Amino acid sequence: MSYQLENTQRGEKYNTIYSKVTPAQRRNRSARSRLRSRLLLGLYLALMILPIYWLINMSLQTNSEILGSMTLWPQNLTFDNYIGIFTNSSWYMGYVNSILYVAMNMLITICVALPAAYAFSRYTFIGDKHLFFWLLTNLMAPPAVFLLPYFQLYYSVGLFDTHIAVALAHCLFNIPLAIWILEGFMSSVPKEIDETAYIDGYSFPRFFVKIFIPMIRSGIGVTLFFLFMFSWVELLLARTLTATDAQPIGMIMTRTSTASGIDWGTLAAAGVLTIIPGILVVYFVRNHIAKGFALGRT
Amino acid sequence: MNNKVPNNRAWLLVLPMLVLVAFSAVIPLMTVVNYSVQDVLGPNASFFTGTEWFRTMLNDEALQSAFLRQISFSLIILAIQIPLGIGIALIMPKRGWQASAVLILITLPLLIPWNVVGSIWQIFTRGDIGLMGWGLRQLGVDYNITGNASDAWVTIVLMDVWHWTPLVAMLCYSGLRSIPEAYYQAARIDRASKWAVFRYIQLPKLTNVLVIAVLLRFMHSFMIYAEPFVLTGGGPGSSTTFLSQSLATMAIGQQDLGPSAAFSLIYFLVILLVSWVFYTTIMNMQKDKPPHGGA
Repeated sequence: MSYQLENTQRGEKYNTIYSKVTPAQRRNRSARSRLRSRLLLGLYLALMILPIYWLINMSLQTNSEILGSMTLWPQNLTFDNYIGIFTNSSWYMGYVNSILYVAMNMLITICVALPAAYAFSRYTFIGDKHLFFWLLTNLMAPPAVFLLPYFQLYYSVGLFDTHIAVALAHCLFNIPLAIWILEGFMSSVPKEIDETAYIDGYSFPRFFVKIFIPMIRSGIGVTLFFLFMFSWVELLLARTLTATDAQPIGMIMTRTSTASGIDWGTLAAAGVLTIIPGILVVYFVRNHIAKGFALGRT
Repeated sequence: MNNKVPNNRAWLLVLPMLVLVAFSAVIPLMTVVNYSVQDVLGPNASFFTGTEWFRTMLNDEALQSAFLRQISFSLIILAIQIPLGIGIALIMPKRGWQASAVLILITLPLLIPWNVVGSIWQIFTRGDIGLMGWGLRQLGVDYNITGNASDAWVTIVLMDVWHWTPLVAMLCYSGLRSIPEAYYQAARIDRASKWAVFRYIQLPKLTNVLVIAVLLRFMHSFMIYAEPFVLTGGGPGSSTTFLSQSLATMAIGQQDLGPSAAFSLIYFLVILLVSWVFYTTIMNMQKDKPPHGGA
């Protein structure tokens, strides 16, 4: 630390000798560049929010106002579109269905991914590298490739149009992702902790549940966030594997376009409601999310 | 990473995962392989065709042009999103409540279901009710995504940039946060220019996350389905029909089991090949890293 300090002081001295720029000017310049970067960031965020704002704007208007005139904000504020969704069970059941299969998928995935990630981060075993690469290939499989076989497979085992079918199908890409992220987080926990616990007489299951899982809970939180994200946004498989009982909200939204035209207000309101669960989830993991995006590897 | 214990009983820990993934990956994939070498006429009437479907598919002109469209789409969005994402990560605030607020705002597009992303942009770009479509028409631009192929292309690229740049930005942001403050102090002492700081301190630290970013973005852009399907439906004509949509039309719409299965396998293999190159790159880079640097 003192070495650093010395270096800094020496740096300041060189600055005062060789630099024509006074410290005040330098501060001024860095303040100006910070202001410029804040402005750029603000501009980006504004442009990013604009399409979402437009969706919210339309969800608060009646269809006649939407089609009648161009209004930058709702002239006659109305919540009818939302009320319509919340009072019609065929609409709100779409949200219930989506949340159900996403929750099931998160539970199944985390239960099988935790021990597997532990194995990958702590042990070498026959075929481990091949297994890991094979797992990652599943992350790369286009869902469109699996459309038809999934349909036939789940139909033949009698799981078609159930929540568990979608939850299992989403395991295809969520389990590899979870193992990838968790392995990164687990590898940053020193191995000495495991060894000490075993010497202290902990059995593996007890050590894993009592000591190890609490240690990587931020990693688990971030993993759950990613599982939620990818299961919530996927629709191609969810749509193919369901018909009526487990239909996701994204599919029900297509109902707004009928022969008499598109019900824009309801479509927009339904869209806004699909964004809200994501905001809630991201709020809980906001402090760890940056590390999670690097798959626990920074 | 280099002090892992050899232990084959670790297979027991991996086993539950293996069973599940095998159920949802191996069985369906084998079904695809099975179909790709057969001509299925009915429930009990099918005969072996060998590589015929593969040859048909590779020579299909509609698919070849869809493939070229797909490649150029992926390259365009990578060329835009990677630099833009790095730029945004550099100007994001590092601490305080602003950092949290910006993080939550920036991740927002990633959490919207893909078909809703399509709907948002459909609404946003319509000439009569959308802010962007209406605004452009007011400015005298003849903007029409259902009639004009280049307008449709620009809109889809714009939509993808809007949707996925946050992922690149978040990855880079987390890479930047792992740079110790001492590096910046040293750079200040050397009176390094901003560009030199970026080139010799920040960029080398970012390579690891950038490989992940390129990999993920390539994969996802290559599989893109829901957003263009909702926004343009692949049109006008087939100017924005990408591979997934061609495949879905063939498999579900026309029920051409054999050809679509062969197409699926070729499609999957292309993604696999490109990703394998990236994967070996990541592995080689990790070999060079010091052991305490995590996995």
